Amino acid sequence: MSTVTTDPHAHAEHEHHGPAKGLKRWLYTTNHKDIGTLYLLFSLLMFFIGGAMAMVIRAELFQPGLQIVEPNFFNQMTTVHGLIMVFGAVMPAFTGLANWLIPMMIGAPDMALPRMNNWSFWILPFAFSILLASLFMEGGGPSFGWTFYAPLSTTYSNDSTALFVFSVHIMGISSIMGAINVIVTIMNLRAPGMTYMKMPLFVWTWFITAYLLIAVMPVLAGVVTMVLTDKYFGTSFFDAAGGGDPVLFQHIFWFFGHPEVYIMILPAFGIISSIVPTFARKPLFGYASMVYATSSIALLSFLVWAHHMFTTGMPVAAELFFMYCTMLIAVPTGVKVFNWVATMWRGAMTFEVPMMFSLAFIVLFTIGGFSGLMLAITPADFQYHDTYFVVAHFHYVLVTGAIFSIMAAAYYWLPKWTGHMYDETLGQWHFWCSLISVNVLFFPMHFVGLAGMPRRIPDYALQFADFNALISIGGFAFGLSQLLFVALVVKCIKGGEKATDQVWEGAEGLEWTIPSPAPYHSFTTPPEVK
Amino acid sequence: MARTSYLCWSLLTFLLAFSTQSAEMPLNMTQGVTEISQQVYNLHMKIFYICCAIGIAVFGVMFWSIIHHRKSKGVEPAQFHESTKVELLWTAFPVLILILMAIPATQTLIAMEDTSEADVTVLITGSQWKWHYKYMDHKVEYFSLLATPRQQIDNKLSKGENYLLEVDRPLVIPTGKKVRFLVTSDDVIHSWWVPAFAVKKDANPGFINEAWTRVDQPGVYRGQCAELCGKDHGFMPVVVIAKEQADFDQWIAQEAATQAAAKEAELKLLAMNMSKEELMTLGEKVYMGYCAACHQPNGMGIPGVFPALKGSKMALENLPGHIDIVLNGKTGTSMQAFDKQLTLSEIAAVVTYERNAWDNNTGDLVQAADIAKAQSK
Repeated sequence: MSTVTTDPHAHAEHEHHGPAKGLKRWLYTTNHKDIGTLYLLFSLLMFFIGGAMAMVIRAELFQPGLQIVEPNFFNQMTTVHGLIMVFGAVMPAFTGLANWLIPMMIGAPDMALPRMNNWSFWILPFAFSILLASLFMEGGGPSFGWTFYAPLSTTYSNDSTALFVFSVHIMGISSIMGAINVIVTIMNLRAPGMTYMKMPLFVWTWFITAYLLIAVMPVLAGVVTMVLTDKYFGTSFFDAAGGGDPVLFQHIFWFFGHPEVYIMILPAFGIISSIVPTFARKPLFGYASMVYATSSIALLSFLVWAHHMFTTGMPVAAELFFMYCTMLIAVPTGVKVFNWVATMWRGAMTFEVPMMFSLAFIVLFTIGGFSGLMLAITPADFQYHDTYFVVAHFHYVLVTGAIFSIMAAAYYWLPKWTGHMYDETLGQWHFWCSLISVNVLFFPMHFVGLAGMPRRIPDYALQFADFNALISIGGFAFGLSQLLFVALVVKCIKGGEKATDQVWEGAEGLEWTIPSPAPYHSFTTPPEVK
Repeated sequence: MARTSYLCWSLLTFLLAFSTQSAEMPLNMTQGVTEISQQVYNLHMKIFYICCAIGIAVFGVMFWSIIHHRKSKGVEPAQFHESTKVELLWTAFPVLILILMAIPATQTLIAMEDTSEADVTVLITGSQWKWHYKYMDHKVEYFSLLATPRQQIDNKLSKGENYLLEVDRPLVIPTGKKVRFLVTSDDVIHSWWVPAFAVKKDANPGFINEAWTRVDQPGVYRGQCAELCGKDHGFMPVVVIAKEQADFDQWIAQEAATQAAAKEAELKLLAMNMSKEELMTLGEKVYMGYCAACHQPNGMGIPGVFPALKGSKMALENLPGHIDIVLNGKTGTSMQAFDKQLTLSEIAAVVTYERNAWDNNTGDLVQAADIAKAQSK
């Protein structure tokens, strides 16, 4: 995405360090900007592949009865859609943003471990090729849900499970390496004068996210290995007949899984905390409390995993503990939302596309937070659990939360990456089409869930028919709307109004002090931060 | 802008048109028919209203700001960026609200988990993809399978009123009595859910979970399996009929008598031989009900997941092995033991059917006595 720098002023002495030509540039690159671009394009591709699977799901659910796919294939679609979106779309997008932005934000020349950076990206295509190829095996790919509960994923799965386990291992290694790189970079390569409490919030939130990743990805690796040995090597971790317990699987999985959902939302908080002050032309309200709130959310995320498992038959004391801890998460999350609103208060706002996506994020993520609070109430959770209410909840936090923040970030920093302003009209079209369709898609799911429709079913009772048709229409519209984004990005890379260094009137931070497009090597001499 | 608002309005009209059509679907959680389900509904509404109030306040401030504090109005941005007082306030205030919410939630939860002093106990066992009910105080037990015909699912017949929410033999419970459910599974994890009772409990293989309900109104209550349990997860509904105590007593006595009689009849059958036509007719019925979900109606299975029976070595040659696998299942696979699920004559018929349908044409006839012999080995 970034073109070779020809900026004659600041970086003339580095011209001979320009990127190699052709495919080799991308294969061998150790440049944080190239790797960031690779991550972002990869995640966009995965977003469309995972999205295509969602389209299959919505097409089958358009009407009651089985029309398009068999239940077994339907289950593969829900499973692989989830895996691709979580591990292929959202996480690599954030890693791509981290690669591009963290060095530029802290005044570092590159990531601290550039060769590992290259490797952590280039193993991802293999991981996802393995996962996607498993769909073409005899009997199909994984069909046990992205949560792969044992024993459905052990005794009762087909041999694609082995490929699934292997690909998850590779994804995990990639994430851990990415996280190590972020931590080492932030700890060692900050420009002189940039103390921890002066770091931009995007850097802070990623710093905390990276610790979460290092803490829980090995847990995921452990649990998939236990699935593998239960299935192929005669262990009985999750088999009662051999002294194991299937619920143990869920404890281990969600001990990874709950921090994982914060891994997918904390960097989003950082993005929104960067964008809102820029377009409100007013400093972020409560910087320090934002840092503390993010840390509290990260710590609490290790104490709430069993709220995913209230119906598994836990002792009352455990249910109460996890209910209280989960409710507590609303407090630091609330602080963040209040801070954003206070930042806007008495600002001088303009509403370019990044700001629109950020405003939509604040409202819709908060709606997802509300349904999350409702789900925390254990007795009510018995009714919500495993229904479309849950599907609505996590799509509000992951699509209108994480993905909207990624969209906002893409629009916000695209001029810095490409040197061109994006097409504002096309961007507004993309925003409004996405906003309307995403709510037609996910809002009715709340009602369908409350009315009693379980999730992960290929066919449903007649009372749910009208709403499902509506949801599917919203789904198709949301899918199509994303093509506008591709068109916009292509157009922006090819040309457009020349972006200034500052790009946005109210933007603050080191990345806005270097030229647009950002030169291939930036901050080779560290800037002084006062 | 005009274009956008036009879009919004047309969408809204569209939404309204839809919502009037689907008057049948309730838009909210059911209040259910038990004291507990009513409490759960109240909790749900309480937390919902709290969320609405917070939402209106926060979004109200935000949209006020969006409307009034915009650059196009020529405002100068203020520069304040912190206030410890305000921060403390909006940390403490939510904590108070949460404590107020946690109290009733705790009370309801403790009541829900108190399964002691039950009047009736039913053991519920899930398996792919059916429920089994066993009354612990009576000699009554049976399987409960989806009753919706395959043709409706495949869109060849128009769908009935209770499409996918109907079973051949519902669970029957007495009204006004504390009914305890012991929930477990024979294979993967299932989840037994009846929204009207606010009871959803996972069925974990190898472990027994407990739940309870007390239903006051007689009626038919429908639910579904809530935990992904494989291919036909969407096709294992739960139907419960609540009857007055007297009706329940009558029903269970009759049921116990019928089941005892069936066992006796079964023994008599051992001495008799069924004709090939009888075996094939019964066999096809059993096959479609119990086997076709995996091995498929045409006997071809699903390659890589469920083996084909058509032309398989087991169905063509190995008769003792065939009977054994139907009776005892195959550990480590989805193949269940049908010993307790089907009668001797049903097993005999289904084995005969599998050995003679779809061009298998072995000519083998298996009788109930053969199955009894295999069982005793």
